[in-house]
Amino acid sequence: MTLSLSVNGTPVEAQVEPRTSLADALREHLMLTGTNVGCEHGVCGACTVLIDGAPARSCITLAVACDGADVRTIEGLDEDPVATALREAFAAEHALQCGYCTPGMLVTARDIVLRLPDAGEPRVREELAGNLCRCTGYVGIVRAILRVLAERKTAG
Amino acid sequence: MKAPRFAYEKPQSLDAAIRLLADGGDGAKLIAGGQSLGPILNFRLAQPELLIDIRTLPELRTVRDEGDAVFLGAGTTHAAIEDGRVCDPTRGLLSAVARTIAYRAVRNRGTLGGSLAHADPAADWVNLMALLDAEIVARGPSGERRLHAAAFVRGPLTTDLAADEIITGVSVRKLSGRARWGQYKFNRKPGEFAEAIGGFVHDPELGMARALVGAIGDAPYVVADAMRLDEPAMHDAVSRAGFADGTYEHQIHFAALKRATAQARGA
Ligand SMILES: Cc1cc2nc3c(=O)[nH]c(=O)nc-3n(C[C@H](O)[C@H](O)[C@H](O)COP(=O)(O)OP(=O)(O)OC[C@H]3O[C@@H](n4cnc5c(N)ncnc54)[C@H](O)[C@@H]3O)c2cc1C
Ligand code: FES
Ligand code: FES
Repeated sequence: MTLSLSVNGTPVEAQVEPRTSLADALREHLMLTGTNVGCEHGVCGACTVLIDGAPARSCITLAVACDGADVRTIEGLDEDPVATALREAFAAEHALQCGYCTPGMLVTARDIVLRLPDAGEPRVREELAGNLCRCTGYVGIVRAILRVLAERKTAG
Repeated sequence: MKAPRFAYEKPQSLDAAIRLLADGGDGAKLIAGGQSLGPILNFRLAQPELLIDIRTLPELRTVRDEGDAVFLGAGTTHAAIEDGRVCDPTRGLLSAVARTIAYRAVRNRGTLGGSLAHADPAADWVNLMALLDAEIVARGPSGERRLHAAAFVRGPLTTDLAADEIITGVSVRKLSGRARWGQYKFNRKPGEFAEAIGGFVHDPELGMARALVGAIGDAPYVVADAMRLDEPAMHDAVSRAGFADGTYEHQIHFAALKRATAQARGA
């Protein structure tokens, strides 16, 4: 089937089978390998991307179900101001080691910052329950997100 | 793993979807958010010949006032309920429960109808709709039916729905300003399926006092007349739900019910 959608702001077309997940369409048809695939059943969060602005699991979303959608992956967040602040905070707080979870983690973190500007540590931890990190122990990730939330508060 | 091969159709109307489903027979399956079916396909636990995508059907996205109830379309996402983007006739119970379902990225796509049709005994809507005595509205080739949520689930992953029927939505009674509710979900980690769910709703104006022993590996257990539900009666309800006294399962279901009731009673 021919799939047409917008990926990172650019209209694209791809030939995919109905069974192709959005994650595989991104990685193997569009060569956007920033989106990682871990569990392939919705649990680990490595594959989290934005579909029409909202975080979603690309491993359990069929690519054909995204026809006409606006998809944004980690590659498309280079210029995004919140993602930029988060990248700096992740570096400063040692919020990554191997980096496998990081693309999904940043998409989720950006959603937390934008949707829950008043979130404190317990809420940030609750919201992060769907993104597994096998390296960091989460402390740095939580601090990085809290740092960006605080920066945005003081900036008004 | 990767999903098996299947064909895919995206009908433009509910009637067209019902026709495709009826014509497709055993090999046809609906897909809404794909948040239960996606993992099942990737594990190859199901190998349908045809998937019929109903996620964006406008008929399943409607929310309407039915007077003493609110009809929530089957395509309503968990996140829309969590955010209060659709009317919550329970004065906050639906929204509080929605927030505990899976993770935000799953809630953005997973739907009310998909969750009910899938009928995981531990699923939050399956249990909550039974507690609320909601009605599930289903449409098939021969018309529309309204089914009591408490009797809708027959057992694990088994419902009263016919193979050619589509859930169009759920009709949830409006609770009055005097209503009190409580709900408690035990899980190891936020976002996981429940190990136990307790629920309690009391609305003197509707004459409604119901309690729930949920996530019991089977259809939810509801106490329909829970007006005088004290601790011994709760203990009893959990035993009648199928758990032997003194077991871990009995204890967590009892604790969930007790906490839900305490929350409702403001204790
Ligand atoms: C990691 C993870 C954690 C989760 N945790 C929880 C949790 O804590 N609590 C919880 O309750 N759920 C949980 N879920 C399940 C989630 O809530 C699903 O979104 C939901 O069960 C299915 O809704 P869906 O729209 O995605 O349905 P789909 O996956 O598209 O479909 C599920 C089934 O329902 C059928 N179907 C779909 N729509 C209809 C309809 N309108 N009429 C008739 N049949 C229909 C399909 O044919 C299929 O058999 C979790 C899921 C994941 C991936
Ligand atoms: S790969 Fe999608 S959630 Fe794990
Ligand atoms: S940095 Fe390695 S999994 Fe998170």
